[in-house]
Amino acid sequence: MNTVIFRTIAPYLSALMILFSIFVLLRGHNEPGGGFIGGLIAVSAFAIYGIACGVAAVRRAITFHPLSIAAAGLVLSALSVMPSIFLAQPAMTSQWLQIHVFGTPVDLSTPMFFDIGVYLVVVGAITSIALALEEREQK
Amino acid sequence: MAANKPAFDWAAAWVMDPTPLADWLLVAPTLLLMLGGATAIMLRKKTDIQPWIGIGTIGLVVLSNILLLAHVLNNGIVSMVMGSWLPPFGIAFTADAMGVLFALAASIVALCAAIYAAGSIEQSERRYGFYPFLMLLLCGVTGAFLTGDIFNLYVWFEVLLISSFGMIVLGNEKRQLDGAMKYAVLNLLATTLFLVTTGLLYGMVGTLNMADIAMRIPQLPENAPVMGIAALYFLAFGMKAAAFPVNFWLPASYHTPRIVVSAVFAGLLTKVGVYALLRVMLVVMPEGREWLSTLIGLVAVATMLTGVLGALAQTDIRRMLGYIVISGIGTVLAGLAVGSEVSVAGSIFYAAHSILCMTALYLLAGLINLLGGSYSLRELGGLYLRSPLVAACTLVLLFAVAGLPPFSGFWPKVMLVEGALAGGMGWVAAGILVTGVLTAITIGRFWIFIFWRGGPEGVTDGTQVVVQATEEKAVIPVTVLIPLSILTGLIILIGIQPEGVMAIVQKGAAVLVDPATYVQAVFGVKP
Repeated sequence: MNTVIFRTIAPYLSALMILFSIFVLLRGHNEPGGGFIGGLIAVSAFAIYGIACGVAAVRRAITFHPLSIAAAGLVLSALSVMPSIFLAQPAMTSQWLQIHVFGTPVDLSTPMFFDIGVYLVVVGAITSIALALEEREQK
Repeated sequence: MAANKPAFDWAAAWVMDPTPLADWLLVAPTLLLMLGGATAIMLRKKTDIQPWIGIGTIGLVVLSNILLLAHVLNNGIVSMVMGSWLPPFGIAFTADAMGVLFALAASIVALCAAIYAAGSIEQSERRYGFYPFLMLLLCGVTGAFLTGDIFNLYVWFEVLLISSFGMIVLGNEKRQLDGAMKYAVLNLLATTLFLVTTGLLYGMVGTLNMADIAMRIPQLPENAPVMGIAALYFLAFGMKAAAFPVNFWLPASYHTPRIVVSAVFAGLLTKVGVYALLRVMLVVMPEGREWLSTLIGLVAVATMLTGVLGALAQTDIRRMLGYIVISGIGTVLAGLAVGSEVSVAGSIFYAAHSILCMTALYLLAGLINLLGGSYSLRELGGLYLRSPLVAACTLVLLFAVAGLPPFSGFWPKVMLVEGALAGGMGWVAAGILVTGVLTAITIGRFWIFIFWRGGPEGVTDGTQVVVQATEEKAVIPVTVLIPLSILTGLIILIGIQPEGVMAIVQKGAAVLVDPATYVQAVFGVKP
């Protein structure tokens, strides 16, 4: 798999896939998509980058240990179910906030943060498995 | 279709009252444990603060469960539907006295295990994630005890199963992997069966909310396969609970991991299976239970007897305790077989007692290994002289596990025997009593070999070897002393003052025997 073409194209391909994964993640609220599938797309990007440039390069690129990313996602998801406590509503009740960025309305909601948490959990957990497997192969 | 119309007023479920803060106690344990577990994963390289995160989080969970218990005792069953999606569409968390009592007992033993582990789990194993796994395991267990949705129950089973896989291989020795393999395969099989059965049930009634299922099953046509589904659930949960004859995974795996991991497993894992059996068989499909009653009774007696006979044959303390766990499961199933209010109350009581007692006994086995340097009955001996305190503590726990007065195991057994006799199942009562006698012999052997006799096998009483051993007084580490005193204290307290627990289990049993109150709590109206 270590051809020049693949090694040259892999970083661009990975960047594109991660961008696409974020698009799928944010689109997920009303249309097909969401945190889980978005996370899987991002993991495939890391896996491709790992096959092309080595596991060490991936670990450098994502800065944090994959398991820490997963844990951070779990914290974000757990926190996102809590805001309704202040409004005397059951847990996980969605809260919405509309902000205007240069005149464009942007809807922020707790389900979105929950989904971002899911995305991070999937990215972290599966990247850590994928990298461990690739490391084994390269030894 | 008029006959199939639900017999209650749906509109009442649509009335949204503000959720009181106290209802949040339902989800507080799971949320706290997720946050604590995730924090511990992020800080896994700081092995010195790992125990503090674990003990702190689980301590908060114990506190939250105590408050929830008080809330449930004062206000009846508490129910909350996630995301304000109304029942039966949203996932309901529903806590009755039984669920909360189990959740509280589980969090207490997890706290004890967290303290014990601070002194016994090595730095590398902390880095490998003992505390995160412990917290997520407890998260799964608590979630299972508090959820009111049968698919959600499956999800919590998965959470605790995956965490338990992580815990069982800590240490990475060959025989641990061997034990983990058997444990993993058989538990996955049971979980899959649970999922398949839930799929069948969903296909039949079109709902996953336990209260809603309980309401719809009586309205099904005559030829609906309710009994088949009840039998499949009994098999799936029986496997989880380690009921005879699907219990071979337990003795094959419980003696391999670190002793504190065994303690957590013995206290929590099988009890989740027992809980699911009680909940599903009594609340969701009571007719199925009536139909299976004799079979459950046979399984219960066989589990009790094979468990205790297995224990009698073992020389490794950990294996022996594994078989005693199984025997205790049989005792709980005996109450389910009879199904009357007093029997079910006895089952709940015994299960809660067993959570505390089995964990305490495994922790004690760890201490015995620390003092005597072995887990084998052949190589141990004369420990009484090294620490009379440990000998006394052991005697209390062993009496409790055998159901001898005045400790916590006695009262539930009285209730179970009484219930079985009143329910016309004298042979089940006989099974409980015979098991009691055999357990007494087993624990006598345990105590005499380890504490009373002069030394290991081959040493005559009173010889020089033993006198030398008495010279060095045993020092018990504080991380062992605290959890063991908490658990032994509770067991003595429940034995002497059973009224408090008795009131709780009777409330729990009343809900199980008459599920109408459960349904009412979820939907806000009488069915």
